[in-house]
Amino acid sequence: MSEKNQAIKAVIFQLNDEEYGVDVQQVQSIERLLHITRVPKMPDFVKGVINLRGVVTPIIDLKERFSIEMTEYTNSTRIIIVQVEDKEVGLIVDAANDVIDIPADKIEQPPEVVGRIESDYIRGVAKLDERLLILLNLNKVLNAEELIAIANIEA
Amino acid sequence: METNQYLDLFLDESREHLQAINDYLLELENNPNELSLVHEIFRSAHTLKGMAATMGFEDIANLTHKMENVFDRVRNEELAATSQLLDILLNAVEALESMVDEISAGGDGQQDVSHLIEMLDKFDEKETSEKEDAEAEKSAEASVQMQLNEFERAVIDESKEQGYQALHIQVTLRKDCMLKAARVFMVFEVLEKLGEVIKSEPSVEKLEEENFDQQFSLVFITKVNQEEIQKKIMKVSEVEKVDVSILKISNEIVPVQNVELAAAQEKKQTQRNAQTKLSGQSSKTIRVNIERLDQLMNLFEELVIDRGRLEEISKELRVKELSETVEKMSRISSDLQNIILTMRMMPIEQVFNRFPRMVRSLAKELNKRVNFEIIGAETELDRTVIDEIGDPLVHLIRNSLDHGIEAPGVREQMGKDPVGSVTLKAYQSGNHVFIEIEDDGAGINVEKVLKKAIENEVVNEHEAENFSDEEIFQLIFSSGFSTAETVSDVSGRGVGLDVVKTKIESLGGTVFVESERGKGSRFIIQLPLTLSIISALLVEIGQEKYAIPLSSIIETAIITEKDMFHAHDQKVIDFRGKVVPLVFLNELFEVPNSEQPDEYYSIVIVKKGEKMAALVVEEFIGQQEIVLKSLGNYLTNVFAISGATILGDGQVALIIDCNALIK
Repeated sequence: MSEKNQAIKAVIFQLNDEEYGVDVQQVQSIERLLHITRVPKMPDFVKGVINLRGVVTPIIDLKERFSIEMTEYTNSTRIIIVQVEDKEVGLIVDAANDVIDIPADKIEQPPEVVGRIESDYIRGVAKLDERLLILLNLNKVLNAEELIAIANIEA
Repeated sequence: METNQYLDLFLDESREHLQAINDYLLELENNPNELSLVHEIFRSAHTLKGMAATMGFEDIANLTHKMENVFDRVRNEELAATSQLLDILLNAVEALESMVDEISAGGDGQQDVSHLIEMLDKFDEKETSEKEDAEAEKSAEASVQMQLNEFERAVIDESKEQGYQALHIQVTLRKDCMLKAARVFMVFEVLEKLGEVIKSEPSVEKLEEENFDQQFSLVFITKVNQEEIQKKIMKVSEVEKVDVSILKISNEIVPVQNVELAAAQEKKQTQRNAQTKLSGQSSKTIRVNIERLDQLMNLFEELVIDRGRLEEISKELRVKELSETVEKMSRISSDLQNIILTMRMMPIEQVFNRFPRMVRSLAKELNKRVNFEIIGAETELDRTVIDEIGDPLVHLIRNSLDHGIEAPGVREQMGKDPVGSVTLKAYQSGNHVFIEIEDDGAGINVEKVLKKAIENEVVNEHEAENFSDEEIFQLIFSSGFSTAETVSDVSGRGVGLDVVKTKIESLGGTVFVESERGKGSRFIIQLPLTLSIISALLVEIGQEKYAIPLSSIIETAIITEKDMFHAHDQKVIDFRGKVVPLVFLNELFEVPNSEQPDEYYSIVIVKKGEKMAALVVEEFIGQQEIVLKSLGNYLTNVFAISGATILGDGQVALIIDCNALIK
């Protein structure tokens, strides 16, 4: 099989009007909004922790993480539980309702700025029919060192 | 990759065997003639060799093979278990351990062991020439009269007074005798009808195990004459020769110490028997990955939370059948909780195991003589505590050897036994496990500690005046403190005890020391039975709930504005004559929608060592057993939060780390 025919399975979710994707391998589950316990002295995007079937799981709001416009949580708001390396984290997104195959040859290198998100966090963009999907680089998004750095600045 | 699935098993079992070899070697050092120990070692080394070869770890296999050769010769009494030989063997065990560790860390377990192999080879060859000498010596030993201890002599003397005579019987079995033990049994049976066997050489146990050549000797008390006895024994088939002579009692009395030694050996023997029994039982156990136990625990927690909900529902509905069922379920689940918790408990043995060797080499390094004793190794602790407690104990034991036990010369001058003693003891009391490290060394020099503490500005002179001895002892746990006059490799870097204290406190325990000048010191560590479930006080601040571990709470109180004072821009209260700073948790944690009470303040007084703080909360909810959970790997270093727990309503509550709030 040539590389061009290979496809990436991605979970698609929404932040405002834009569609994003993360590799399905990194997704543990998708949850409805649960009660979140605030953790003090954390950057604003760290919303706190939830009880995910007995495991205390930190939750971050992706829109706040990327500093894009905030909206109220609604009925369709979801928490995507992802696992990156040894870290398990929940991401708050506006909606998550699709798993699709993205052919590797449809993925392009990200332009400098996509939807006001720094290109560091993006693995690539994919154009499928009329949809534009932004694939996230979760390792970067969940970089704990950055979290500490941010915490230090805020403190 | 076929062998991959066996790797864990290999690692576990190798560690067990190495530990066994290690233990037996140390025991062998004390009883160089105890061949059964060598047998055990040989067996372990042999198994290890086989396993390593199967798994393809050649260096391990080679080294164990050489060790096996040496053990084989010791076993056949061609080689004496000298301390020199034991040194090399222990080094080899250490090398094997490091290889096993490397494999477990993902390495290939290769290591240059040629120098060890060379040394073992040398032993293997060197002693061959001395073999004959040794043999000659051995036969000389055999002709030496049987040694009797005081008790046996007393029995013989007494029976003589009553007209019995003591005989020395030497029985030789035929070379082709197949069932030696059976013949021995028959000989004994014959004799027991005629009198009483009070001693046999080799011992009865060894005779039963056929652990002798063709010959054995007995001391026999009887009224029957010698020829008759001889005839009767000769009737037992396959007996070649029987010599019966009147026992000559040498004047040389075996000193009482030997009796004690024998008693001690007997004790050890029974202990070993108990151990073998235990290891026999272990065939009924299975190995379970700790992660699975954690999963089980997590699932169980979920169940507890749902149980809480069910209980509420059944209360509301008031249906008899439902509430009965729910009650029954509650009882079962609390039993289940106990079982799951005890499943995580492990004997502290595996931590203690490595200490005898450490003490041995350390004592050699320091030129000190130490008798190291372990008591209560079977005491059980939660797995998480077991994993963490090793380092602090190493520190304390090193400390005892280095600072506690004096050099043999000094000890003799002081009229003490030149051999110092260090005892490591573990026991359970209530909800805590205590570990004590006791030495009979110099004890803590109060003046020196105080002087040093003042020098290092741990305390000032004025404070120091009113210190009791106990308070001064606690000073040695302060950071930047060491009273050893010379800094050694062993301890005395001035960080040791401070680190020990911090570590133990992080495990929810405490450490303190008792000491008497010139007589020794005792370090006592108190640890909670389990780390995963702790007692905590739940408090409310705004809409948020927090848990404060009971272990750090002194008491709770309700105060008014009038009780507060200002000192250095800080609100303080007077608590039993001490000035205690107030910490407003709502401000500190930036709790939204929290209201400052108008009149009454609820406070929780917490401690960190001697220091205290008063945490201002909004409401006390109550005391509860909570399950400690980590916040995961993403949120690390959260300020003043040590973890989280899940409450009955399924929500997460954070656990306050009081140590971080007290400066």
